Amino acid sequence: MINGVAVEIPADPRVSLLDFLRETLNLHGTKKGCNQGACGACTVLVDGERIVSCLALAAQYDQREVTTIEGLGGQHPLQAAIVEHDGLQCGYCTPGQICSAIGMLAELERGVPSHLTADLTADTLEVSNDEFRERMSGNLCRCGAHNGIIAAITATYAPPTPG
Amino acid sequence: MKPFGYSRATDATDAVRLAVEGEAKFLGGGTNLVDLMRETIEQPSHLIDVTGLSSIIDEHADGGLTIGAAARNTTVAEHRAVRNNYPVLAAAVLAGASAQIRNMATVGGNLLQRTRCTYFYDTEGSRCNKRRPGQGCDAIGGHNRNHAILGASPACVATHPSDMCIALAALDAVVQLQGPDGIRAVPMTDFHRLPGEHPEVETVLHPGELVTAVEVPALPPGVRSAYRKVRDRSSYAFALVSVAAVLRVEDGRIADVRVALGGVALKPWRARTAEQTLIGGPATEAAFRSAAAAELTAAVPLRDNAFKVEIATRTMTAVLLYLVGGVQ
Repeated sequence: MINGVAVEIPADPRVSLLDFLRETLNLHGTKKGCNQGACGACTVLVDGERIVSCLALAAQYDQREVTTIEGLGGQHPLQAAIVEHDGLQCGYCTPGQICSAIGMLAELERGVPSHLTADLTADTLEVSNDEFRERMSGNLCRCGAHNGIIAAITATYAPPTPG
Repeated sequence: MKPFGYSRATDATDAVRLAVEGEAKFLGGGTNLVDLMRETIEQPSHLIDVTGLSSIIDEHADGGLTIGAAARNTTVAEHRAVRNNYPVLAAAVLAGASAQIRNMATVGGNLLQRTRCTYFYDTEGSRCNKRRPGQGCDAIGGHNRNHAILGASPACVATHPSDMCIALAALDAVVQLQGPDGIRAVPMTDFHRLPGEHPEVETVLHPGELVTAVEVPALPPGVRSAYRKVRDRSSYAFALVSVAAVLRVEDGRIADVRVALGGVALKPWRARTAEQTLIGGPATEAAFRSAAAAELTAAVPLRDNAFKVEIATRTMTAVLLYLVGGVQ
């Protein structure tokens, strides 16, 4: 399933999930930056978890729910926040940034620690500017819009309600 | 990449059976293998997807763990038993790669990622004894800032880049294997080979053998552990030097010390000389520094990486000191 639509996986197992999205399904929102998993521009969500689609073979994902930037329908609050907080210049990394940030916020809510987590045994995680930067380190922005991206994420982040 | 067949294994026995048809490779998250296939460095004729095999982290009554080889890196790092009992392992995983890659990469794949360097990747322009046995190694006389100071041979100076494996080496993990000849177990510290004259052979796996799980033995009470990674960037970069350390001090004497080094060797490097120097002795900064120096006397610096000797000495000292509550 891609954005809620059932699709037939390509017969050739060499096709990456990224190329399948762009070339077969004409979903051009997901971008090919490096094609080697280093830049994050190709980030999509699979069952809500962020992956780099350039290293994913489409054949491995036929039973999974894939969400691309198109699948957000322009409705995610982070999308408006990116615009409001100047979280982009050329826009090439932006779909990957948004999908990655959505996956990141889900990881945070789930309690996934990070490289900066000082006490791995603690029940709660620290949320900070540095934490967001570390958790987003898999997404490069050559235009340098990182401050706006982090500001947009910070504005969108809602701490879990206690209880 | 050249055309290949793709199958999905239902269990380990099915995977081993499927692998019998020549030039097959097992596929986990694909974060190393797919990249290498695209670069034509790996050219299997058949891929057997083993992501459906055991991904469970099983907690034993004594506190030890069995981690299914299909468990994703993120799953290992976020697991409560790993965080509480083996913080060195959680910290090592979190220090590696990016979140997206950690979500995809499996434990089995992490063990089996290629020992590699930029010359290994440079298929068009560089000689590499891994890619073409006997061709030569251009890293040895080339830009080798990121290369090994320990365990090298005239054939290869690349490093095994895994963080997880360094922690597993320090924890004396055991790798569970299943192959055409049955089931066996190999200690983590014996799983990877030094290059010798055959750097293209990186592990002790027999043809068709599959990593099914990694067992992490229980730690005695009073053990502290930590992982520290030194690198050019604060995130998403390979180690220049990393240290995984496990330490227990009793009545002022070191009762248990296990140290592994990353970023500096052809395989995850247990610092046996340092350990032998320290065991039973005082847990002081001077003792740590002296042991670290003893371990690094075997180091063979290359043109660009001599700095790693001092950084490895200082980092090992600092991590051990941190574990006894001293200044980091």
